[in-house]
Amino acid sequence: MNEMLSIKNLRAGIEGKEIIKGFNLEVKAGEVHAIMGPNGSGKSTLSNVLAGREDYIVSGGEVLFNRKNLLELSPEDRAREGLFLAFQYPVEIPGVSNINFLKTAINEIRAYKGLAPMEAKDFLKLVKEKQALVELQGSLANRSVNEGFSGGEKKRNEIFQMAMLEPTLAILDETDSGLDIDALRIVANGVNKLRSANRSFVVITHYQRLLDYIVPDFVHVLYDGKIVKSGTKELALELEEKGYDWIKKELVEA
Amino acid sequence: MAEQKDILEEHIFSEYKYGFTSDIDTETAPPGLNEDIVRFISAKKNEPEWMLEYRLKAFRHWKTMEEPRHWPHLKYPEINFQNIIYYAAPKQKATLNSLDEVDPELLATFEKLGISLEEQKRLTGVQSNIAIDAVIDSVSVKTTFKEVLAEKGIIFCSFSEAVQEHPELVKKYMGSVVPYTDNFYSALNSAVFSDGSFCYIPKGVRCPMELSTYFRINTSGTGQFERTLIIADEHAYVSYLEGCTAPMRDENQLHAAVVEIVSHKNAEVKYSTVQNWYPGDKNGKGGVYNFVTKRGICLEENSKISWTQVETGSAITWKYPSVILKGDNSVGEFYSVAVTNNFQQADTGTKMTHIGKNTRSTIISKGISAGQSNNSYRGLVRINKGAKNARNFSQCDSLLMGSKCGAHTFPYIEIKDKSAVVEHEATTSKIGEDQIFYCNQRGIDTEKAIGLIVNGYCKEVFNQLPMEFAVEAQKLLAVSLEGSVG
Repeated sequence: MNEMLSIKNLRAGIEGKEIIKGFNLEVKAGEVHAIMGPNGSGKSTLSNVLAGREDYIVSGGEVLFNRKNLLELSPEDRAREGLFLAFQYPVEIPGVSNINFLKTAINEIRAYKGLAPMEAKDFLKLVKEKQALVELQGSLANRSVNEGFSGGEKKRNEIFQMAMLEPTLAILDETDSGLDIDALRIVANGVNKLRSANRSFVVITHYQRLLDYIVPDFVHVLYDGKIVKSGTKELALELEEKGYDWIKKELVEA
Repeated sequence: MAEQKDILEEHIFSEYKYGFTSDIDTETAPPGLNEDIVRFISAKKNEPEWMLEYRLKAFRHWKTMEEPRHWPHLKYPEINFQNIIYYAAPKQKATLNSLDEVDPELLATFEKLGISLEEQKRLTGVQSNIAIDAVIDSVSVKTTFKEVLAEKGIIFCSFSEAVQEHPELVKKYMGSVVPYTDNFYSALNSAVFSDGSFCYIPKGVRCPMELSTYFRINTSGTGQFERTLIIADEHAYVSYLEGCTAPMRDENQLHAAVVEIVSHKNAEVKYSTVQNWYPGDKNGKGGVYNFVTKRGICLEENSKISWTQVETGSAITWKYPSVILKGDNSVGEFYSVAVTNNFQQADTGTKMTHIGKNTRSTIISKGISAGQSNNSYRGLVRINKGAKNARNFSQCDSLLMGSKCGAHTFPYIEIKDKSAVVEHEATTSKIGEDQIFYCNQRGIDTEKAIGLIVNGYCKEVFNQLPMEFAVEAQKLLAVSLEGSVG
């Protein structure tokens, strides 16, 4: 089958502390997986490890991404292979325009694939088209990367970048945090328009709310560094109703 | 981490691109400095008596002065001024009628520098071109486009030629902005300068092309002491570019230039520098000591002088391009990017002296320090009594890369008139691992990411550079810094 991402018994941590403790996940092309969990369960560590942040040390397990050993790739090569992380806290890069940033990114990815740089005309057309997807103002695209953006604008910009870079696997790290209901709807609509048979999503979130808009195929509960329960979208609703304590209690009883 | 270290090492071991020496027949004076050497230089250049007198006065004054060792934020061993060769010239025929007569090695040198004089000559007359005066060691070897410029009444030639051909202009303006008494290095330069560029834009003329001087030190053990004088008469405009390189040598070489600019009523002079003298090796051995006095005067009303500098080279940089705002409504600007890496040291900034009414000045300084370097901004904004409604805006930003470098800011403000409005902003930042990782995650490698971030940081300054130079400056910056984060 079309295995996009395969994580087996992953162990990882930071500063000598193990946070991911035997994590397993299989994501097929076109699927949307939601990973939910209480604070401190390892959600952010997971996204950082997958994206290749250097402070995080992998101590065991394997991760295959499109049949390649993801853990051996540099962060930029992971991105060039089609892995995209929508950051929980996108950084500001003063003086670098969004447009210039994206043009550089797109052409780096193209160069990796042996393609010539994109024509300026085609690039601008793409910008216009994708901006509309997340209702991002034209002026934002010309401003410095995330500089002076509101929280909502930053998250929309992440989705805009995702639309521009057309990844095969997108990890959304608490993209809903700090969003009001209108911004949430815009972001979710953008994501939904990007859903396709050959693009997968891993949506990491604390709340069920986002999943009303981005309806997942599978929901997993992350607790203490591993998945303790998996199900369909109904699991998210149950979690919302009963709270994470319900999971903790179940674990203790088992 | 390991990868970043590799990149760092790769960069550190990468060679200074301009480190070649040219095997050109040179004629040098014996090392050391005394009145005889001053006379020797003057005689070599067939100078008139008044020029020799000026040199001797400067020399006598220099002997009474002390090297400015204490106030700059710089550390370097004692310079033995008696060990330096004060005159080195490529041997050539007395006069050159065409490029064919120029030493082919010399032409090859300029090819390597990316300035093809042949090319320049062939393209004569095309507006977007740049007229070049090339100064090797101490002597101007070739000035291009002279005839084209002459049609407009523009004088662009070597300083020596100006002394011979336009003595009245040289006498009138030389030392009027930077007198030989100004400082230790300006006195030294006034005594021993051998050549440089001279430029005069007559009334009402807008110079149709960028004027440019390329300086290169070639001979071992020599100092380079060039002198540049630019005069924009009423309603004139000129944009002037200066580029510099030197071979890699173990010993330190001294460069002490003087640049004077005079801007008359409604005139404007834009002076841009990309300074890329040899910075020394990764252990701090060798490199050029760059002690330069650059100053312009806005002599009459509505005149303007704008300095833009990108400083990436030299072991030591001591340089404060300044503007005296004498005319009412005159404008002075200073845009600077100063980069230091490895063991480089820079103490650079500007002085804006407001004398006229409604004078305005802007200072944008961007310092970038990497490796174990030290980068200091030193600036003076002075508003004299009677300089009504003077305004200054200063912005001094420092960017640190790594944890062993230093950034320092020494702003001095002296206000003698209550109507002045002076603003000063300063920031210090570090290129964050977060920013690099964010770029990495979008498919941009660390090298490119640093280039992107640093160019973004310097954008306000690069925007001031002429197009060709802006591109060169961006590349130079990337080369100077890549791999410095880790």
